[in-house]
Amino acid sequence: MRRGWPFYAQLGLTVLLCLFIVVPIVMSALAGVTVNVFKGLSSGLTLRWIFEVWELYAQSILLSLWLAVACLVVTTLAGVPLAYVLVRRPNRLTRMFEEILTLPVAIPGLALALALLITYGGFGSFRSSWVFILIGHVLFTMPFMVRSVAAVMSAMDMKTLEEGAASLGAGFWHRFLHVIVPNAMPGILAGALMVVTLSIGEFNLTWMLHTPLTKTLPVGLADSYASMRLEIGSAYTLIFFVLIMPLLIAMQMLANPGKKRRAASQPAEDE
Amino acid sequence: MALQNLGEGRSRPSFSRYFGMSRSAMASPATFMALMAPGVAIVAAFFLIPLVLVAAEVANGPDGWATYLVILTNARYFESLVQTLLMSAGVTVVALILCGIVGMFLVRNRFSGRSVLIGLLTLPLSFPGTVVGFMVIMLAGRQGAVGSISNALIGEKIVFAYEIAGLFIGYLYFSIPRVILAVMASAEKLDPQLEEAARSLGAPRWRVVRDVILPGLMPGLISSGAICFATAMGAFGTAFTLATDIDVLPMVIYTEFTRNANIAVAAALSIALGLITWLCLSAVRFLVGEKADLAARGGA
Repeated sequence: MRRGWPFYAQLGLTVLLCLFIVVPIVMSALAGVTVNVFKGLSSGLTLRWIFEVWELYAQSILLSLWLAVACLVVTTLAGVPLAYVLVRRPNRLTRMFEEILTLPVAIPGLALALALLITYGGFGSFRSSWVFILIGHVLFTMPFMVRSVAAVMSAMDMKTLEEGAASLGAGFWHRFLHVIVPNAMPGILAGALMVVTLSIGEFNLTWMLHTPLTKTLPVGLADSYASMRLEIGSAYTLIFFVLIMPLLIAMQMLANPGKKRRAASQPAEDE
Repeated sequence: MALQNLGEGRSRPSFSRYFGMSRSAMASPATFMALMAPGVAIVAAFFLIPLVLVAAEVANGPDGWATYLVILTNARYFESLVQTLLMSAGVTVVALILCGIVGMFLVRNRFSGRSVLIGLLTLPLSFPGTVVGFMVIMLAGRQGAVGSISNALIGEKIVFAYEIAGLFIGYLYFSIPRVILAVMASAEKLDPQLEEAARSLGAPRWRVVRDVILPGLMPGLISSGAICFATAMGAFGTAFTLATDIDVLPMVIYTEFTRNANIAVAAALSIALGLITWLCLSAVRFLVGEKADLAARGGA
């Protein structure tokens, strides 16, 4: 295949766009381990800032991880059965419900948080507990779990599987847990990765919902950008990247091998 | 597969008749209800009810129900709305052009390093808005890359992170992954033979792009544009971190709510903002017929 100037021009633009994305990431990662950013890398490398971040913000990092796990549990327990009903019983009512379910993703997080605050902000102990933030995260991530599971469920021949299991004497819950759920596992896994990644990184909602005692990782990040020295903000960002990169890479790997060439026919929602 | 034969060959117990069901493998309506119950309860309690209460809250404002119109009648809010709309539209156009070219290129060409490029381009997909803001500071802030380069070249530090240009760059930063994924998905559906045919019939390159590639990509461009626009309209973290002097609508809502305790106005503005993004996504779904892809959103 001969490659003329248009190929190289487009490649150039692609690389340029990549640099635009990657350069700041690399810069902030480096700044997080540099002794003094204002003097540059020549001032030497250190892990001091990372330790300092841990001292200052360990609470918020751990809370984020805890929230992500809790969010995953809730969205899986509530979302997988929902996906099953939406695929198995597609009627006007369930479709309307699906529309409502995805609404929290369509409207800005700030508006959603405001609604939660106006409704439940008065319940003191509830307002100041981590459960309050969890609710916001569940609303925001549930559609991703449901969509991901439903996509896999509608691709498998659920009717045949269920009839087969039923003819062998399996009751509904037995069928659901031992036939449907294992078959839908790839969708659950993809959804789970999405839910955890989004929950760890959620800021718009969380910034409104948090209290001084319930700060999450991104809330702490915003705090460090505003009031700490550049190295600390960078080191904190580096910790965030280290947490989130494996999840992103796992998501890309999960999205790729199964469908390789036919990847085309799938909308990006599986990515 | 073995199960399938069993299911058809065997005479099944006829309990389904007693329950008035056509297929024994179908769960009863009660079971369906039980399956939906947790999800419905969560959505009802923490989304539908708050939504109704917020809509009612607006009436407690200084002007009663007229508070709903505050976004149009108050000069400051209206100006912020216009600025946010322009900003989001501008970012959408630029992102579509850049990602249209790059996405099409990545789909049509196979070369070593291609998947790495795709991986890198989609990296910021789930970065929170604050981190995107910080990335802009890294790029164009006082210690940023652009500043250092310009300092070395012309002896002057160019800093634009905290101006409207910085905000624009930030919005572009989080839009690129979303738009590129959507463009690539629809570019894969295009038939390369059509372009081949046009070319062999003597069409110059720009005609192939205008008459073959663009119309084919259009549904994908429209739906990814809608996602990009909606995300930009609601983006809060980036503006919050950069603390620019222009007031995007989410920042105005935030200030009204927290600093001025103007809850009714904040609620009215939120509803207006939510309506705009929701309408935008729904309109596209209606027009293009394909689901505006929510999963390409996230963070920001």
